[in-house]
Amino acid sequence: MLITKRVEFSASHICRNPLLSDRENEELFGAAANPHGHGHNYVIDVTVEGDPDPVTGMVLDLKKLKDVVNREVIETYDHRFLNYEVPPFDHVVPTAENIAIDIWNRLAPHVSKVGGALQGIRVYETNDLYVDYFGEAA
Amino acid sequence: MIRVTRAYRFSASHRLHAPGLSDSENAELYGKCNNPYGHGHNYVIEVSARGPVEDRSGRALDPRALDRLVQDQVLEPFDQQNLNTGGTVFEELVPTTENLAREIYRRLAVGWPTAFPGAWPALEKVRIAETPRNIFEVSGHVQT
Repeated sequence: MLITKRVEFSASHICRNPLLSDRENEELFGAAANPHGHGHNYVIDVTVEGDPDPVTGMVLDLKKLKDVVNREVIETYDHRFLNYEVPPFDHVVPTAENIAIDIWNRLAPHVSKVGGALQGIRVYETNDLYVDYFGEAA
Repeated sequence: MIRVTRAYRFSASHRLHAPGLSDSENAELYGKCNNPYGHGHNYVIEVSARGPVEDRSGRALDPRALDRLVQDQVLEPFDQQNLNTGGTVFEELVPTTENLAREIYRRLAVGWPTAFPGAWPALEKVRIAETPRNIFEVSGHVQT
């Protein structure tokens, strides 16, 4: 069974690869390469897989999952400028793709302690653009 | 691998009427959707592609390349059109949202190698909402 917890944070970023010139970045990312940055209200779906416990009827305690997500993701990302304040985005471009991978890496070790296994991370950068990451194996 | 999904919208009218059936059979089969004057929807389509994240861009897909492909293959031919008379396959084929989903997938698959010349990203699925309550999805292996 899959259970999804949704959380939100707001953050700013620049889509810019420091190894490329300004012109190359602008060609690659367009307006998103604006050196002063821009922001999004990100919506994150954290999906966990497991079987309901026969006694509690629950796969996991959602309050514990919320605490983990708040501690590992929201406290790190919310109201931050990702390129300057949240590693690895000092050297990794903070695209929705890389944010999904980073959130997966931050959560995977903790989710297994709460119960269930991390199945997928969905990152909505806007209502009209989102990415899914299911771990390195998928 | 990452799946990237981008949403687009278009508005169009259609009438469900199967040419192989009689008027009364059509009326019975499709009900209100068989109204001879047609009716319309605000369609929302979601296009999903799958691929590895490139180191250079940090992305699995260039959204601007997908925007151009969808504009040429889907929005240009279908937006603000009457599907039954718009000069597309739906002059012959009943424009149910099942058939529309397949046709949109087919059109994207045909234009895909030009829009994305590399091995990745790969077109994975098309999801289309005829209304917020009727949603159709097709993935891979649709005959192009």
